[in-house]
Amino acid sequence: MPEDLEDLKRGTELVKRGFAKMQKGGVIMDVVNREQARIAEDVGAVAVMSLEAVPADIRKRGGVARMADPADVEEIIDEVSIPVMGKSRIGHTKEAEILEATGVDMIDESEVLTPADDRYHIDKREFTAPFVCGARNLGEALRRIDEGAAMIRTKGEAGTGDVNQAVHHQRNIKSAIRKLEGMTHEEREKWAREHEAPADLVHETAEMGRLPVVNFAAGGIATPADAALMMHHGCDGIFVGSGIFGAEDPEAMGTAIVEAVNNWDDPEKLAEISSNIGSGMKGDANADLPEEEKMQGRGV
Amino acid sequence: MSLTAGVVAVQGDVSEHAAAIESAAAAHGESVEVVEIRESGIVPECDLLAIPGGESTTISRLLAREGIDEEVKSHVAEGKPLLATCAGLIVSSSDANDDRVETLDLLDVSVQRNAFGRQKDSFEAELDVDGLDEPFHAVFIRAPVIDEVGDAEVLATWDGRPVAVRDGPVLSTSFHPELTGDSRIHDLAFFE
Repeated sequence: MPEDLEDLKRGTELVKRGFAKMQKGGVIMDVVNREQARIAEDVGAVAVMSLEAVPADIRKRGGVARMADPADVEEIIDEVSIPVMGKSRIGHTKEAEILEATGVDMIDESEVLTPADDRYHIDKREFTAPFVCGARNLGEALRRIDEGAAMIRTKGEAGTGDVNQAVHHQRNIKSAIRKLEGMTHEEREKWAREHEAPADLVHETAEMGRLPVVNFAAGGIATPADAALMMHHGCDGIFVGSGIFGAEDPEAMGTAIVEAVNNWDDPEKLAEISSNIGSGMKGDANADLPEEEKMQGRGV
Repeated sequence: MSLTAGVVAVQGDVSEHAAAIESAAAAHGESVEVVEIRESGIVPECDLLAIPGGESTTISRLLAREGIDEEVKSHVAEGKPLLATCAGLIVSSSDANDDRVETLDLLDVSVQRNAFGRQKDSFEAELDVDGLDEPFHAVFIRAPVIDEVGDAEVLATWDGRPVAVRDGPVLSTSFHPELTGDSRIHDLAFFE
């Protein structure tokens, strides 16, 4: 048996996608410091996303949003036993390398931060750490997977507390897969060209009837009912950004969202779970948001 | 007569276990119906049970919240088979050396969580497993290691440390046999 540790296969597609699969059915919570990370782990988060400010605050503050201070990321890593993820700017290979060096378990190449490259995403296959990327439709999702993403999440519209755009993006992805399933080989090839998606991934998706990687919801999820809605739309799990620590009672909201994901198809339990948990984040309705303030168009 | 196979589905890689159980059953000419367990009342109907990989803190919390924990203990006490992988191993152990996880004490081992390191240290390797003729391609993801084995029988070791054990009706691995499309571990746990 080859037990030479140098011969081990690390950072392979199987190991990266396998990590993403272990998050399924779980809630990944945004945290900005170790105290919040502690609460997230205690209420049942499967992982935490470390960042400098939650999206709602990034929106309010304006300016350039960058990766978190590596010292803060390391503090969070020391605090919890669950996986810790970190956000890098789109196309910012060096931020991603720095995050990987801190020991994060997954990197989110995220439109919530200010993109560093307006034409290219990070070449994610070069990394040992797995990546998650946002997508608004199937073509975008397959381009990210082709670049090496091990997990896809809806972009939604982060920091708004309005689930509308996450629903829209998830419906886009699912409906495109259903159409592909009914197509012939040559129709799928044409679809791939028209949607700037790699043909081999288009065929694979059509044959599987789902994305070849785990598909989470993100962007605007603020309540247990929102989380349940995204599970109803076929998501494998949920990212909650500003929705936990922007809520009146983060512990109650966090606990309720974790339980809602497990009970998404049981309205009576959802009613019980959603009761007396305090108010959710205030938020901004997507329809009222000026086009230039939307984050979802970044990095397509 | 069809068997009912339950996969604990409060969190983790559930569909992968369901597929592996179906494939192992088919190889044995057994007919099996796989059910997902998110609430109490279903485990007692199950002939065999799997606890998947995922996050042990989350799984342990939800098992207790939903009242599934006691049902799983009864299942094993009745001698019915259970396969527990990675987080499932941690939850099933007698001691996880971590007060963040409430263990079910289904097999006589103590474990250390994330003993191989973080995700960057996760790996795949060929593993010799007692009871299998050919090596098993094992995927270790932020895997726990078994540090003390009481009455359990060690089926495989990696780097001198136990990574697959059997204790009565319970078979447990620190790696993920559900990720590779090879259902021989599910076969060992349920149909041999």
